[in-house]
Amino acid sequence: MFKLAKTALMTDTIVLDQAREGFDEQAIPATRVRGYWQSVLYRLRHDPLTLFFAAIVLLIVLAAICAPLIAPFGPFKESIVGRLKPFGWRSHLLGTDELGRDMLSRLIYGGRVSLMMGVVPVLIASLVGGMLGVVGGFVGGRTNTAIMRAMDVFYAFPSVLLAVAIAGAMGGGMGNGMLALTLVFIPPMCRVAETATTQIRALDFIEAARASGARTTTIIRYHVLGNVLGPVFIYASSLVSVSILLASGLSFLGLGVRPPVPDWGLMLSTLRQSIYVVPLVCALPGVAIFITSMCCNLVSDGLRAAMDVRM
Amino acid sequence: MGSLIHDPRDRGGLQQPMLIARDLRKHFLVKGSGGKSVKAVDGVSFTVGKGETLGVVGESGCGKSTLARLLLHLLKPDTGELVFDGDPVGIVPGIAVDALRRQVQMVFQDSYSSLNPRMPVRDSVAFGPFVQGKKKDEARHIARELLAKVGLDPGVFGPRYPHELSGGQKQRVNIARALATGPRMVILDEPVSALDKSVEAQVLNLLRALKRQFNLTYVFISHDLNVVQYISDRVLVMYLGRVVEIGPIGAIFERPLHPYTRALLASRPSMDPARRIQEPPITGDPPNPIDPPSGCRFHTRCPFAEEVCTTTDPKLGNWQGPQSHVAACHMHDPLSGHSRAASV
Repeated sequence: MFKLAKTALMTDTIVLDQAREGFDEQAIPATRVRGYWQSVLYRLRHDPLTLFFAAIVLLIVLAAICAPLIAPFGPFKESIVGRLKPFGWRSHLLGTDELGRDMLSRLIYGGRVSLMMGVVPVLIASLVGGMLGVVGGFVGGRTNTAIMRAMDVFYAFPSVLLAVAIAGAMGGGMGNGMLALTLVFIPPMCRVAETATTQIRALDFIEAARASGARTTTIIRYHVLGNVLGPVFIYASSLVSVSILLASGLSFLGLGVRPPVPDWGLMLSTLRQSIYVVPLVCALPGVAIFITSMCCNLVSDGLRAAMDVRM
Repeated sequence: MGSLIHDPRDRGGLQQPMLIARDLRKHFLVKGSGGKSVKAVDGVSFTVGKGETLGVVGESGCGKSTLARLLLHLLKPDTGELVFDGDPVGIVPGIAVDALRRQVQMVFQDSYSSLNPRMPVRDSVAFGPFVQGKKKDEARHIARELLAKVGLDPGVFGPRYPHELSGGQKQRVNIARALATGPRMVILDEPVSALDKSVEAQVLNLLRALKRQFNLTYVFISHDLNVVQYISDRVLVMYLGRVVEIGPIGAIFERPLHPYTRALLASRPSMDPARRIQEPPITGDPPNPIDPPSGCRFHTRCPFAEEVCTTTDPKLGNWQGPQSHVAACHMHDPLSGHSRAASV
């Protein structure tokens, strides 16, 4: 018996040495190792459609940022004689609105408000909702039940109705509009983060991290967040277009920004009475909303395809 | 037994077992059943000597993995106590759970889910030393050394992500991760059951070599008797949350006492085609652990079950020392009243 054990030990050593040197699993040539985000970028680079729409979104964003530099007229400059003029009237490339203001300039400036209303609520909601979801999902039990049932209360209302109700109750204005949209987006964000966290929490590497003595906060920071970020980001990117649409809707109903601030929704609302006079000009803010939200949506679809990989 | 190199962290001396488990119990409440519970681990006691490998075998669902998690306090036992190197675990004049986790580590069965998919494997290995207070550079250095020790070139495999490794490579990383904090004892929960046979042999040899090199103590959980026979010094056989037999490897495999152990051994496929298994040595599924049978839990499937087995719970024989071989069976208790008690 003893002798047997000894030979077994000797073979161990041999096998281990083999493993160090010529173990055929290692014979694979050293390939370039790509991390998750690197591989997402790689896949995005090979998706021309998404890149094209991303370029349009980028263009709209740049135009909005550089509005004072590229807008041909001031957004508030009125003219009694030049009201509701068609495309190309006296160097007004896209015509003028009901107060004689240049449409192109107002559309460019309006992008600032619309994009801000599209991005800021989603960002804040991802942070707040994501945090609530991660904590709830990781801690589980009663904390999770409390958080998720509170979210369900918000879920009970249709999102448009909820946004209108909150904005209506607090009064109009850009700040209140953004707050209303943020509150609308927190529950779905929270749910996405919670689902992802619950899945991660059940995996052994969390248990292994706990076994190595890590505290809950450390585990969340190093092991949970990295895995939850992907799904949250994908969902958030799809919410941007929803947010732009909702914000325009709020402005259209007079619950968002107040005139004379240029905003696509508000412009659409005030110009709709003149639809029979200059139909094309009146439709422009709608076209802007449509193009922006569609491009955001398509980019988010591309992102989803690039990021949604089983690893 | 293991080598006799003196470990500065040794407190109780060589004679003090590395781990004593006394009457560990863990019941999981079943929701909506009116207070019923799954008796996953139900009064398990054993010791693990320093430098030895204790194999734990049993069917699926007999509580092996729950036991592993209890030993590391990943699950809190309902009752019972753990004594690590003479210090009771989690009691004030003893060893705190944090300190226990510095000395005991675990290798998980599923090499896929036991590594963070968004983390390069060297960071997964370095995470343990890092959370235990090492600087990031030091932790990385430890990770590099350990990856080399488990047979993976740290330059090639360190920056890779788990999905870029094979099952065997991932399990090597898991072993490196478990060793990164410098444990004295490692609990291996089915470390090779997800691997194919050739890789399994490599990993088993690696485990034996590492054990010698780092002077480790193993608790090796598996349902594969051949693997357990190869790696263990002693074996513990579990059935429905109880220990039915415990003893040195040679004794268990040559003279199994408990009918369940005999059935397990008989169910191994024979290498000799002339001696292939004709009849299933054990039939049926294990009973529901929510409602385990009265008396001896094995009596529903035992060919020798008698009246006494259905009423009286057999005690795990007279346990005398680390090398004793005992079974919880009435047939080995002359006073039990079982008709075969005298003859066996």
